[in-house]
Parts: sequence; C-alpha cells; structure tokens
Amino acid sequence: MAQHTNKRATTQAVTANRLLDGEVVYFTADGSWSDWLKDADVADGKEACAALLAKTEPSVAAQQVVEPYLFEVAVEDGAIVPASVREKIRMAGPTIRLDLGKQAASA
Amino acid sequence: MYRYDEFDHRLVKERVTQFRGQVERRLAGDITEDQFKPLRLMNGVYLQLHAYMLRVAVPYGTLSGSQMHMLADIATKYDKGYGHFTTRQNIQYNWPALSDIPAILDDLASVEMHAIQTSGNCIRNVTSDQYAGAAAGEVDDPRIWSEIIRQWSTFHPEFTFLPRKFKFAVCGMNEDRAAIRFHDIGIEVVKGKDDAPAFDIYVGGGQGRTPMIGHLIGAAVPAVDLIAYLESIMRVYNMNGRRDNLYKARIKILVHALGAEEMKRQVEEEFVHVKEKGVVHLPEEEIARIRAYFAPPAYETLPDESSALNEAMADNKKFADWVKTNVAEHKVDGYAIANISLKPVGGVAGDASDDQMHVMADLAAQYSFDELRVTHEQNIVLAHVKKDDLFALWQGLEKAALGTPNLALITDHIVCPGLDYCALANARSIPISQEIAERFNDLDRQHNIGELKVKISGCINACGHHHVGHIGILGVDKKGTEFYQISLGGSADENASIGDILGPAFTEDEIADAIETIVETYINIRQEGERFIDTYARVGKEPFKETLYATH
Repeated sequence: MAQHTNKRATTQAVTANRLLDGEVVYFTADGSWSDWLKDADVADGKEACAALLAKTEPSVAAQQVVEPYLFEVAVEDGAIVPASVREKIRMAGPTIRLDLGKQAASA
Repeated sequence: MYRYDEFDHRLVKERVTQFRGQVERRLAGDITEDQFKPLRLMNGVYLQLHAYMLRVAVPYGTLSGSQMHMLADIATKYDKGYGHFTTRQNIQYNWPALSDIPAILDDLASVEMHAIQTSGNCIRNVTSDQYAGAAAGEVDDPRIWSEIIRQWSTFHPEFTFLPRKFKFAVCGMNEDRAAIRFHDIGIEVVKGKDDAPAFDIYVGGGQGRTPMIGHLIGAAVPAVDLIAYLESIMRVYNMNGRRDNLYKARIKILVHALGAEEMKRQVEEEFVHVKEKGVVHLPEEEIARIRAYFAPPAYETLPDESSALNEAMADNKKFADWVKTNVAEHKVDGYAIANISLKPVGGVAGDASDDQMHVMADLAAQYSFDELRVTHEQNIVLAHVKKDDLFALWQGLEKAALGTPNLALITDHIVCPGLDYCALANARSIPISQEIAERFNDLDRQHNIGELKVKISGCINACGHHHVGHIGILGVDKKGTEFYQISLGGSADENASIGDILGPAFTEDEIADAIETIVETYINIRQEGERFIDTYARVGKEPFKETLYATH
C-alpha cells in the first residue's frame, strides 16, 4: 500500500483498511478511525505527516486496521479532497456500481 | 464431472479447519498481518481497494448446477449479490468480511469446491478449453489431463514455494481456446504412438510486463511420462528461477535467459534423472479412473438438422442473431454448444448476479446435463445442448438478461477489474469497456465488423490480456490521471502473437474515438473475407497509426 504514497505531497491524511471487513477507513484527530474522509485528520509538511502516520501504530498493534499509509489531499472549501483517482475511488466505491461502497450509503 | 474421493474431501475439510484457526488467531492478535498475509493468500483471500476479495477455484472451468447454485447463494448470503468470473476461469467475490470467509469455505466444501491454488507462488488452478469434450476434432478431453495435473500439483510440497506463481493451461486439439502459448506451461493433447494421447508441451509463455510466447520443448510426450516430464520442468525452474527479483521470477524469464534449446536440454537431463529415481509414472488404471469421470453424457441419437431450430430462427430474428454468434458446432449430431455472454452493453464484463447464476444453473440442469463451463474470456458455456432445445434455452436466458448475442464481436471484451476494485491497478478498465460497447452497440454494425477481440487491462500485470487482444488497451497512470495505450495484432490462439504498441496513449475521453478510428480504418482497407486480425497481419500497424495520429 505504501507505494501509493506520493513522496512529494505536502498535505496528507492517513487511510487503511479495517481488519475485520476490509472497509476503507481514515485516521481522525481523536486517534480513532472513521469510515468517512471528512472526519480525517490532515497534516501539512513532511514531519507533521510522519508524526500523523506514527500515531496509527497502536491501532495496527490492536488489530483494528491493516497497512495504514499517507495519501495526498487538498482542502477545498473546507472539504477534504483526495488528489489521486485511486483515493477518490476508495472514498466512494466502484465508479461503475454507484449502488456499492460508501457512495451507496451516502446517497 | 470429477467427483471428490475420500482424500479430496479430507484435504479440503482440513484446509478449512486450518484457515479458520488462522483467521481466529489473526483477529485475536496472535499473529501479525505480515505473518497472516501469506496464509490468507494461500486460501484465495486478497485485500483490495474497498474490501477483501475471495477468489474461488473452478478447476478447468467446469462446474455442476449445484455448484453454480452454491456460488449464487454465497453471493447472496455473504457478499453483495454478485460474483465476477475471471480469465483464470475462477469466480471472485469483492466484498466478503474476513470473519465470514471460513464459513464461506465450509459452504464451498459442501459442494466440492475451495479457494486453494488461487493465489501464492504455487501451481495455480489449471485452465482448459471451454469446449472440452464437445468440440469436433478433439484428440482427447483436456479435462482428464487437467484433473490429473490438479491432483499431482495440489499441495505438492516441492512446488508450494516456487520463485513465483505458476500457471498451466491444457487444450485437447490444435484449435487453441485456452491460450496455452501464454502460460508458464501450455499443453496440447496430440496423437502419440498408436494414436494414444500424447502431449506437446510449451514452456515460458506469459503476459505481464514481459509478454512472451511459450516454446515447444516436449513433443508428443507419452501419457505415462507426463507427470515425470512436468516434474522435470518444475525442478529446473525451482532450481534456477530467479528469487532475487520479483519481476524476473517467472519461468518465461528463465527460458528467455537460457534459450529454449538449453531449457529443453536441462529438462531432458532432469527427466532422465527423475525417471531413474523412480518418479510417478501415471498408471493406466489411474488414467482410466479419471477418464471415467469425463465420459461423454448420454446423448440421444438425433438427426443433425433440427427443423424446430430452423423454424424458430426463421420466425425470430433476435434468436437467429444469437444462434449466429453464440452457438458453436458440437461433435455429436443434433447437439450444439451454447455460449452465454456475460458482456451485456452497459454491464460489467464477467459479472453475474446471484439470480443470473441460479438461472444458468437451472438451464444447465434442464438442457445441458447439469454442467457449465466458465471461459477464460469471461463467459459461460453450456456444452451439450440439443439443437431442438436452443430456442427454449435462449428464451430462458433472455428473461434473465443473459441472451446478449455478441460472442467474439467488438462488444465482447476481456476486462480486468481495474482501478474500480483492484489494489494493483493504475487505471480503470471497466468504464473503458462500457464506453466502447456503447459506441458499437448496433448489432448489424458489430456483425459487419466481424470477429474482433478487445482486451483491456488496468495495469501492466495484464490480467485483462491486453497483449493478446486484436485490439489491446492498457491503462496507465500519468501523474494521477488515467491514460490508455493501444496495441494491435495480438492473438491468444494457435497463431499466437503479441500486440504492437501503436503510439502515445489516449485519455479516457479520447479512447472510444480512437478505437472507432482503428475500426473504420480496418473496414476501409480490409479485403474480402478478412477478419481484423487477418487485415492487420497483411498490412501491419502503419495504416492504423497514420489514421489514428493524423487527427490526434
């Protein structure tokens, strides 16, 4: 998963898959995991991003999530928007089945 | 069909129990993800973009009606009401929870199915010709030999940790529907001494980032030596295959590095050694035992011509169109091979809903001796349908939106799941397939274009077989944007060829136009009776390049 981190990105959030069901989750400011990107904690700059990723280590050890990694985002009008197509698809669901994934629940 | 014996039952059951324990330990935190990952992969469990994915083996693509019903039930009970049939003739579920997977494996075991050999660096599920046992001109039913290879290779301790995954394909005649020259080992059954089945063995084919056509190194190997010969190849590979570099670990790289002649020499040297050491000789009784499972079904004696079929075709153009494209000749008079397309325009290639799976299973029970085949081109085959029954079968398919008449036409694509599901993908494949299908939706136009195989992959791993598409499309990522590279002239059949890349890639918005330009160029320059692939073989890529990039 880590290969999907853009090393030159400055603004990033942390995502992973939940161990139990594989659901895409995002690391939040209170140290928990949310199904929704809007709840994610966003870090700016190399050190802050590394620190954010380091904060997820206990939840890996506690079998909550699998393979957390940083991914590039932008904050546009207060909304967190992923930079890559891959992360846009992860946050929503398959683009060819709008009845599946998170997009189905949020519709 | 093959039925499990006591050993098969025990082996699968024990494996489920073992995996249940592994899942429990993972969830309890007794093992880490790094420890668990190779274990789950050995049981067909991947982690994809949105969820886990479970890949279930359908050995050589053959399954019974009750097995298909079970696949449907699993889709309903544990997944999101559908499954995806793959180019390895398997089925994948895209949404299972990890905690449910042991129960799914229990359900599969109850109908003699499993997820073994669907992942990991082992000998994978053996694939074969979907017309096995039904095609005229077949030397022998390739499923007999596929099953023997399955039994030899399953959990073979020597071949469980190979340098890389290893794929076999077997076809029973010189018309190749199993893409044998693009497998690590491809086998064609040929006539040997006294017309007994023997085997031409190709080694080192494959796709991925380094596409290669397999080399014939074993000609007419007799049945008694089949396992010894295969074992010799595996040993040469296991000893010399590269474990230092993931991208150079497949046998095709070894064969390329050594040269086919040297590979052959080493295999033959090992073969002598293996035979001296007293390897598994295939006993005649064992071959006969396996052969009995694939005995021809109880065909009726019928005239080859069916007046019921002729009348229905005359009365119903839609049905006639389906017969024209989706029905193939059977070796027995009065019977036909019916192809069920899983490529409706607007659908997802290879996907079938739980209801559709039930319908296919019911129709197989009613019209085709209760047996179905999954094809590597992601369709389903009912191999033994009476011509008299074709109309009723088609009506049943139509009711379930399974009557799409497009086999091998420009809307019948091989498509990998791509970035809509796959964690390895760089670009989406399915929407590109859908755009092309929409563009060429008109059936008369499809017929005018004729046979044209479009194959689409969302990354260089080539699960969508783009290297061997008459038109191949490869999705690439350029700074977070999806682009699509086109290649032409690939072919997976007995005239194996690897497509030539045309030029710079296109955006998602441009790709359907680009395909249309290529097709129109072909229409303009083709000669009488030429398929796209024939025209391409005659003229090469230049005329296509000129028209494509003149306007780009």
